[in-house]
Amino acid sequence: MRRQIPLAITFIGGVVMIIQYFIPHQISQEIYRGVLDWQMIVGGFVLVLGIGSLVTHHTEKVKRQKEGWGYSLVALLGLVMMAIAGLFFGGMASDKPFMQIFIYAQNPIQATMFSLLAFFIASAAYRAFRARSFIATLLLLAAIIVMIGRVPIGAKIWSPIRVISNWLLDYPNMVAKRAIGLGVGLGMLSTALKIILGIERSYLGGGK
Amino acid sequence: MSTDIGVWIAAFLTLGILSFLYKDNPFYKVSESIFIGVSAAYWFVYMIYNVIEPNLLGNLQKGEWWYAVAGILGVMMLFRLIPKIGWLSRWAVAFMIGTGAGLNFIVYLQSNVMKQIRGTLAPLNSIGNIMMIVGVITGLIYFFFSAEHKGLLGGAAKVGIWFIMVSFGASFGYTVMARISLLIGRMHFLFSDWLGLLH
Repeated sequence: MRRQIPLAITFIGGVVMIIQYFIPHQISQEIYRGVLDWQMIVGGFVLVLGIGSLVTHHTEKVKRQKEGWGYSLVALLGLVMMAIAGLFFGGMASDKPFMQIFIYAQNPIQATMFSLLAFFIASAAYRAFRARSFIATLLLLAAIIVMIGRVPIGAKIWSPIRVISNWLLDYPNMVAKRAIGLGVGLGMLSTALKIILGIERSYLGGGK
Repeated sequence: MSTDIGVWIAAFLTLGILSFLYKDNPFYKVSESIFIGVSAAYWFVYMIYNVIEPNLLGNLQKGEWWYAVAGILGVMMLFRLIPKIGWLSRWAVAFMIGTGAGLNFIVYLQSNVMKQIRGTLAPLNSIGNIMMIVGVITGLIYFFFSAEHKGLLGGAAKVGIWFIMVSFGASFGYTVMARISLLIGRMHFLFSDWLGLLH
């Protein structure tokens, strides 16, 4: 019972969503829209689950004063302050505390974290680009041409580089992306079918 | 130099994250912890205002009572936190997985399979089109592991990996450029908005 009902829900949900596509009727359109709404709502609760788990983890660390508990306290304070600002001090309006924290704290940290990758990707590039074989050389050449071709100085050094860079992106790059996309698509189809038919059940987790 | 307290906080946090380039240090860890807490709360509040309020409460207020089922499924998801009745959360997971699989079946069939095949099947009247057919077929052969890559199949797989490596190189180059433009943005913030050295 604990497994049969979820399997039935999966089967019915999957089959209904496939069938509705082939029936261009108002009712099927409403079912489609309704399911998308329901998914968003349930997905919202999943977020609550995730935040609950984050809070539990950091609260435990603070309670037991484990190594680095001070950072956990900072994370919890940040969470509580941001949530209070959003829920009780004017919501998401741009001039209210919530968005001010977003603009002056969250946004700069996020952008800087991603920009840090420029340094790490450079060291990764050094390791990856030590052209030891023909295919590594291909990778190296493609990356260099794209990098130089995307900046104005590239065209100043050698004017055809921009054309070559665009061609590289439009053809060899597109070709490989298409092959990978086709593989992913076929994989997704078979996985979706396995889930709907109850062959793939790992999402139910362990236990009874 | 800026007199805006917000800009000073942003500069402090930016330098905190950049300090990781030296080594992992408390300044970085504090900035990182702030980010974890603040971003979790951001998405929580965003979800309340943009999902729960309009999609659940808004529809219930309009008298569309069947949205209560979605709310119940959402609450059932939280049962995962209570081991005794944790199995009930499977109903909500099953709904998400089942409908998601049905939706994705159609989406991937259309976008990743049908459209890609249609885009590939072009007349062989240009180098680009010939490359398209050869590249896609050999690329797919490279990912075909049911037979050993030997002989003709091995040769085709080798051509396939050439295309794939060029694509990876192009993607890598693109990513590097995107990250560098972000870094330029942060440096511009520090030297212009905060220190006022650039105009």
